[in-house]
Amino acid sequence: MDLKTLCEINAPSGNERELRRAILEEARGLCGAENVRIDRMGNVLAFRKGREVGRPHVCVSAHMDEVGFIVLGATEEGLLQFRPVGCIDPRVIVSKRVTLGDQKLPGVIGAMAIHLQTDKDMERVLGYKDLYIDIGAKDKDDALAHCPPGAYASFDTPYTPFGEGFVCAKALDDRVGCYNMLELMRERYPGDVTFAFLTREEVGLRGSIGAGYAVQPDISINLEGTAANDLGCTESRFDVCCPGRGVAVSFMDNSSVYQRRLYQKLNRLADKGGIAHQPKRGVTGNNDAANFQRAAGGALACTLSVPCRYIHSGASVCCLSDVEAQYALTRAFLMNA
Amino acid sequence: MLRDTLKKLLSVYGPSGNEHAVAETVKSLIAAHVDNMRVDAMGNLIVEKYGADENGKRILFSAHMDHIGFIVTDIDENGFLRVHNVGGVSPRISSARHVVFENGTEGVLYCQPLKGEEMAMKHLFIDIGAESRQEAEQYVLPGDMAVYAPDYFELGDHRMASPAMDDRCCCALLCELMMYLDEPKNTVIGVFSSQEEVGIRGAKTAAYSVNPDMGVGLDVTAWGDTPEVKLPAIQLGKGAAVKFMDRSMIATPAVRDALLQAAADAGVPVQREVLPFGGQDGSAIQHTRSGVPAGCLSIPCRYVHSPAEVIDLRDLEGALRILLKFVENV
Repeated sequence: MDLKTLCEINAPSGNERELRRAILEEARGLCGAENVRIDRMGNVLAFRKGREVGRPHVCVSAHMDEVGFIVLGATEEGLLQFRPVGCIDPRVIVSKRVTLGDQKLPGVIGAMAIHLQTDKDMERVLGYKDLYIDIGAKDKDDALAHCPPGAYASFDTPYTPFGEGFVCAKALDDRVGCYNMLELMRERYPGDVTFAFLTREEVGLRGSIGAGYAVQPDISINLEGTAANDLGCTESRFDVCCPGRGVAVSFMDNSSVYQRRLYQKLNRLADKGGIAHQPKRGVTGNNDAANFQRAAGGALACTLSVPCRYIHSGASVCCLSDVEAQYALTRAFLMNA
Repeated sequence: MLRDTLKKLLSVYGPSGNEHAVAETVKSLIAAHVDNMRVDAMGNLIVEKYGADENGKRILFSAHMDHIGFIVTDIDENGFLRVHNVGGVSPRISSARHVVFENGTEGVLYCQPLKGEEMAMKHLFIDIGAESRQEAEQYVLPGDMAVYAPDYFELGDHRMASPAMDDRCCCALLCELMMYLDEPKNTVIGVFSSQEEVGIRGAKTAAYSVNPDMGVGLDVTAWGDTPEVKLPAIQLGKGAAVKFMDRSMIATPAVRDALLQAAADAGVPVQREVLPFGGQDGSAIQHTRSGVPAGCLSIPCRYVHSPAEVIDLRDLEGALRILLKFVENV
């Protein structure tokens, strides 16, 4: 499945069904239906038996879910009240188009027009309580008939290649990881590999809690999209990672200190294979690797990320060569684990 | 001897996630006194001494090997290193400190001028004497960790200070416990755990794989006996402290009371600890699988998470007597 298709499917945390169906079908074709299952948290776990005895069991994981919105209710005027699912800066959502529910009803996140604002309004950051989603409903009943409380909304952003090898899309975090896992699944490896497509990462690493215990691998490689901050608005030491400079290899983030021998092995493999890579130069973010590293008796773990600008917005940007580097380094590791 | 064991352990490099050298030191100290030893994926060293009674309990004691440190996130063109904290480091007391890396590279941790801002980790840098990024990268790379330079010194007749006292004093205690145990009826498992300072991470997997009948965390606790510090109501030299509660755990009453009883039986002074903050490995044991009765025995320690953490060795010796009696009693 191509990255465009994966990014344009809506899968806000807790409502990953449409993406799961697409992934399930492809995974069954590649691994054999008997090797693919869905657990109670909605994670897809696909197993590929290795060719050799005595190799470690590696789990490659990525989360299916993306940040989005959920409807709380509606005003008398028929405007939907909502809150974010996962972490989204309310400053980046005003006037953005969204689609709601399984029918993908079009909507737009509204706010007071500039003509009507006072100087004081202009200085104020509009929070979720001040914003609403307009679906063109005529009143409250009409709005709720189409989008009842609990309906999800997702950014409506077409996948757009631009520049030389860059792409702008929603949900690059973490469809890049899902994409590479489906590509990696095409081959068999020396050791056993479980591919875990996870739910509910954006609301607190929740899908991987169960998956970690279910899989209990020897080694966990987590594929992610991570925040790149190479925007020139801070000193370069706060860049964390830069699009176009290769896959970012993590030594530590807020939820894990990665085992040094695995971190070093991944760096050596990248050097040896001529795979573009960079250290993730900052201790930021949390991800599912934590739950694999510390499920049951524990596993070695590392995270390999594609640098993404404007992450957790409706339009994130990454460099396709970094997506390829993430694939290449993960493949090199699976061949040499 | 406890004092000598402690000194050996205080001299070893070991920030969270890089406890390998501490594990090797512990192994060399106690290999002759235990029945088996292994290191798991998280870097925990798990040692076991079999009990004589086949119906005996399996009791886990956990002391963490790691201490707080600094991880390099960036190296600038002039060879200065920028760092992020590993565990609960105070930026304020970290400036103008001698630090070392695993490969022996020495550095000075210092603070850039503050422009009216409150001091934070982003203001700190390490000077390793390099004049360029290229030169610095020969010694240190992003991801490498520095610690306050290993050190210890004695204060008066009974006290000792070191940047690694939290929790090497309890590693020493656990080593000595394994050495002194003489054909115990209960099986005793010692976990020298990793990554406690970043969120009780190592003990979580160790507790799961050991699956004990009972567990006790061994850690330092805060103090209330220096100028303008009154709480917690814990004093140095008045005995080890049996924990009732901290942020991570309410001790299982049976374990807590067995520790108090062991102290009474051993004729050793003991304090009662209620800590409104903090956490330790006992919680990971208590909350593993479907739950395990667990408590904690604490060593009072002044100036915790500073380059000079101070304990009273009489408290540590008392703790050893309490634990020996505890293993005999339960």
